[in-house]
Amino acid sequence: MKENLVLIGNGMAGMRTIEELLKLAPEKYNITVFGEEPYGNYNRIMLSPVLANEKTLDEIMLNDEQWYADNNIKLEKGKKVVEINRARREVIAEDGTVAPYDRLIIATGSTSFMLPLPGADKYGVIGFRDVADVDMMIEAAQQYKKAVVIGGGLLGLEAANGLMKQGMDVTVVHLLDTLMERQLDKPAAKMLQQSLEDRGMKFLMDHATEEILGDDRVTGLRFTNGDEVEADLVVMAVGIKPNIELAQKAGLHCERGIVVSDTMQTFDPRIWSVGECVQHRGVTYGLVAPLFEQAKVAANHLAEFGIARYEGTVTSTKLKVTGIELFSAGDFHGDETTEELLFHDVAGGTYKKLVLKDNIIIGAVLYGDTVDGTWYFQLMRDGTDVSDFRNTLLFGQAHLGDAGHGDETRVAAMPDDAEICGCNGVCKGEIVQAITDKKLFTLEEVRAHTKASASCGSCTGLVESLLAHTLGGDYSEAPSKKPMCGCTDYSHDEVRAAIREHGLKSQEEIRQMMEWKTPDGCAACRTALNYYLLCEYPGYDDPESRFINERAHGNIQKDGSYSVVPRMFGGLCTPQELRAIADVAEKYDVKEMKVTGGQRIDMFGIKKEDLPAMWKDLSEAGFVSGHAYGKAMRTCKTCVGKTWCRMGTQDSTGLGVKLEELTWGSWMPHKFKLAVSGCPRNCAEATIKDFGVVCVDSGYELHIGGNGGIKVRVTDFLTKVDTEEEVLEWCGAFCQLYREDAHYLERTAPWVERVGLQKIKDILEDEKQRKTLHERFLVSQKPAQIDPWKAYAEGERSDHFFEPIKLKVS
Amino acid sequence: MSEWLEITTLDQIPVLGSRVVETDTMNVAIFRGRDDTVYAIKDACPHKNGPLSQGIMHGHSVTCPLHNWKIDLTTGEAMGPDEGCTNVFETKVENGTVFLRLP
Ligand SMILES: Cc1cc2nc3c(=O)[nH]c(=O)nc-3n(C[C@H](O)[C@H](O)[C@H](O)COP(=O)(O)OP(=O)(O)OC[C@H]3O[C@@H](n4cnc5c(N)ncnc54)[C@H](O)[C@@H]3O)c2cc1C
Ligand code: SF4
Ligand code: SF4
Ligand code: FES
Repeated sequence: MKENLVLIGNGMAGMRTIEELLKLAPEKYNITVFGEEPYGNYNRIMLSPVLANEKTLDEIMLNDEQWYADNNIKLEKGKKVVEINRARREVIAEDGTVAPYDRLIIATGSTSFMLPLPGADKYGVIGFRDVADVDMMIEAAQQYKKAVVIGGGLLGLEAANGLMKQGMDVTVVHLLDTLMERQLDKPAAKMLQQSLEDRGMKFLMDHATEEILGDDRVTGLRFTNGDEVEADLVVMAVGIKPNIELAQKAGLHCERGIVVSDTMQTFDPRIWSVGECVQHRGVTYGLVAPLFEQAKVAANHLAEFGIARYEGTVTSTKLKVTGIELFSAGDFHGDETTEELLFHDVAGGTYKKLVLKDNIIIGAVLYGDTVDGTWYFQLMRDGTDVSDFRNTLLFGQAHLGDAGHGDETRVAAMPDDAEICGCNGVCKGEIVQAITDKKLFTLEEVRAHTKASASCGSCTGLVESLLAHTLGGDYSEAPSKKPMCGCTDYSHDEVRAAIREHGLKSQEEIRQMMEWKTPDGCAACRTALNYYLLCEYPGYDDPESRFINERAHGNIQKDGSYSVVPRMFGGLCTPQELRAIADVAEKYDVKEMKVTGGQRIDMFGIKKEDLPAMWKDLSEAGFVSGHAYGKAMRTCKTCVGKTWCRMGTQDSTGLGVKLEELTWGSWMPHKFKLAVSGCPRNCAEATIKDFGVVCVDSGYELHIGGNGGIKVRVTDFLTKVDTEEEVLEWCGAFCQLYREDAHYLERTAPWVERVGLQKIKDILEDEKQRKTLHERFLVSQKPAQIDPWKAYAEGERSDHFFEPIKLKVS
Repeated sequence: MSEWLEITTLDQIPVLGSRVVETDTMNVAIFRGRDDTVYAIKDACPHKNGPLSQGIMHGHSVTCPLHNWKIDLTTGEAMGPDEGCTNVFETKVENGTVFLRLP
């Protein structure tokens, strides 16, 4: 029996813990996640850019509901947990849902601290914490004009900036006379205020709010000095309050936050806690970097590795207001025992201050130019003695010993262990290695592999510079020339061109000629090369370079069994055929049968060693393989058409059968589906197929490049022809053009978009080219239409072993 | 130390291909490399128990058919960004006959 793990709070810290745990011990627990918000989990940090219209909610989702399903995690979304019963080890949600736990994680985060002012409960007074707050702000911006943000800290300024981008007239009210006093000293704060004022933001410094005015909805604020200001929306951003109510009620020891040990356990050893709700060694945190470290430690213990300890984190801050560069870390005020290094260029808008104690950096504030922030932060955390380069320290890292290296980028000068992404703790060395080893070309790829720049995004510029620096000239031309895989520097197009130009006849020759870095390639390039060769030389095939589905001529299922789909041309069948299928299904103990979307019958749960015998029986009943498993022509779906349907204009089933007879067995870059509809009502859904025919009174409309998968794409209209013979010729020519031109694993939809519909039309409309393409297609169909089932069943092929070797171990 | 078990002959394993050996307790995947080295690994991917024998082999590693994890056949460890490990067993080839030693 697996143990039950329950997470309360699907926010940034809680879900990171689950992700880390899945990496370490994917099968260890039955996981249930309770989240008060009605979605999967999203990147809370990015709510500021969402408010500023720079990102959409979709773009900031971290794990959607599908992800939870894929990882067998039960997501109880929109359910607030109201009680933890530690005696019965259960959590209970507001709606009565009960979930038992063996281990529990509390990650309830924090809530916006709302000043207890008279009138604070009026409509239009909100915090800035979640999607609902952002929605409310966007809605207010559409109807109202004036917004007041109380609090001139990080969060308040990001809210104010966003509301301004939404078109509101924004005033920031701050208790003190310097903005962001926890992160900035006076000169930097003044520069920041100036540049925000230049953008149109208004400030009321040194103002304390006394009362919020209005009836139902807020209309204004009154301050202690008697001044008043109008407001249709008030955002309170004066701080956060660890959300510990639930834990307190359950009797867990809490002070300001839920008290945890270095293993992130609460006083109840079955209960862990991470995130902003936690108090560790007397400290509570409000930034993601420390929370992600906590998540790693908690996951390590939940996986029972038991080696990690959390020892606290030194944090640094950046403001996410586009166009304003600001960095702050450590103790930037200093005292009598410290020294200051200062650089202040008012005209140029740059300010740098470093606080040193015994020649070690203990704090930094940068404004305007923050590129060296990560470097200073590194020196600070490492406690590096800077006496050797004190006099050039303020000019940055690029300045260090740069004789003759004047134009070398600053990222290049960073050491490998310089931290680039503060949120996820990713160093330069890791990123460079990922870029080179895994052939990464884009920011998205770097994010996916290293998580660098995947949280607050402040380091995006640095990561891009690293990409540019590491890839050299390749970065800018990246999209057009991407290597096939990590084994080679050549692209799909270059490899195909070389096969044709040099007449390369085997994978070994290709790998030698094109300087492959691995002796046998990898699963990605082996399958691609095999396809390119068999497309070039009909009859060529290397079974060991095919994905198992194509080797075993069946679809491998998640339990390692196979499914079998006999071909039924055009979806037609006879009673005898159905009977034969039924007999076979019984004989081989088929676990489930289902009619597929392509109008065929799928039989599931077949043992691999039974495949050849089953094929033999099907083959004798007249069936050939349905290729439902391959990167190949799959099915031709048809509607009943003129024969029966009162709307029908042509014999759509008959034409479907002919098309399937022409194309079955053909290996393609990716799966390939056809359909024929008897009239524009289009019952066979021909306009989301790779090749679709819609019959009309006067002939046949041909459509290409449709796709019904994850991203639905409607076909492009190719041409209209008069006769069935022409349909067949166009179809063969189109198939061959796709086979010869598309990259392996590229479906017709992206292919058409990549090369352009016009180019495809130009080629196919030219009668000579169309006829030769069709001719070549027919040639390649000859070996392809030798039915693999029959070949194995009759012993003509024996290149694959279906039988296991049975061994008695005594 | 347990004894060597005779499994099959080398020509019964395709180059860069595999066979499955069924024992009372588990399935073992046997791979043959380009240089005729034979590797034996428990036929269960450390990720979600995918049948490694059905994957594509290259060098001394195999790519799992279910979710493309790459497993090192000499150590049983997942390669690249993934983490996990499965068992590997000793093999030897003598005069074209393949032997396997199970613990
Ligand atoms: C606008 C904004 C900008 C920010 N910018 C930055 C930044 O630039 N850099 C940085 O490092 N940090 C930033 N932060 C802070 C960062 O987002 C937080 O530190 C982080 O999200 C805290 O993670 P958490 O998991 O502890 O809490 P959360 O992410 O808040 O997750 C807690 C979750 O628990 C749920 N929950 C609470 N109680 C219950 C219950 N009883 N039952 C069920 N579910 C419950 C909540 O709905 C919530 O989804 C920003 C925050 C905001 C709001
Ligand atoms: S597509 Fe037209 S012809 Fe075919 S079944 Fe539908 S209505 Fe009838
Ligand atoms: S059959 Fe297709 S749609 Fe259904 S679960 Fe599998 S991949 Fe998804
Ligand atoms: S089971 Fe092997 S990769 Fe998922």
